Amino acid sequence: MNARQLDLIFAALVIGTGITWWLGETGHAGPAAVVAILAIAAVKGMLIIRDFMALRGIGFFWPAMVMGWLLLVQGIILATYWKGH
Amino acid sequence: MNPGQLALAETPALRPGFAIGAAHSRQPPGDLAIWVFILAELLAFGVFFISYAVTRLHNVALFDAMQLTLDRNAGALNTVLLIAGSWCVARAVAAIKADRRAAAADFLLGAIACGGGFLVVKLFEYSAKFEAGINLATNTFYMFYLSLTFFHFMHVILGMVILLAVWLKARHGAYSAAEHHGMETGASYWHMVDLVWLVLFPLVYVMR
Repeated sequence: MNARQLDLIFAALVIGTGITWWLGETGHAGPAAVVAILAIAAVKGMLIIRDFMALRGIGFFWPAMVMGWLLLVQGIILATYWKGH
Repeated sequence: MNPGQLALAETPALRPGFAIGAAHSRQPPGDLAIWVFILAELLAFGVFFISYAVTRLHNVALFDAMQLTLDRNAGALNTVLLIAGSWCVARAVAAIKADRRAAAADFLLGAIACGGGFLVVKLFEYSAKFEAGINLATNTFYMFYLSLTFFHFMHVILGMVILLAVWLKARHGAYSAAEHHGMETGASYWHMVDLVWLVLFPLVYVMR
């Protein structure tokens, strides 16, 4: 991962944070907003795991453990919000 | 050391740091022990997040109302600070791999500064809540908000201590393109602290 790629990922992470903040500030709520916010968080998490943590291309186990944690936790969160709506 | 042993010691793949980083490329960057620790930390935070979500399911009105009393601007600013810190750490590792030792140390210092900024913002946030009379006993939402964010706050401090140790070693030339195992170990822990906040911020500050 070269410096320019890291810079682009940083920019994407900041943009994702900005969109999440905007959704909260403008009062977006309900299932559609929750799905959008969790999707943004999932993409940001994947970028951190693959490119900043450098788990890209090192085989199956370690990326699967960390990405699996992210997706499992977010999936359970989504299920509880869906049920509570 | 006989000539045979000397030849083995000169083999790059047998030098400390090289073996783990290059010869076994299916291993994550840094020390394997830190990854076991990272998985344990992720498990602990995961249980905390799921507990929050399940408890909210039984107190939706309270959680939604209390969430509106949080300072989302501070939460977003702290997210950017942690992301910037992670970017600095990733750039530090990229710099040391290119043997740019001074740049690597500078990027680590930038990451420590971002962590310090996070702590300052969070302390202002806590201060505002405590001045408003809010504490762990205020209600279920604030019990989760204070305990969950403080648990993470302590991890930021630990991450900064680790980065400080790595920075001090980097300043003294302990890392190079051939040997940067310790820097990758510290970097991996810091990225975990960032990753956890990327779930915490939308969950506690935004989603309703």
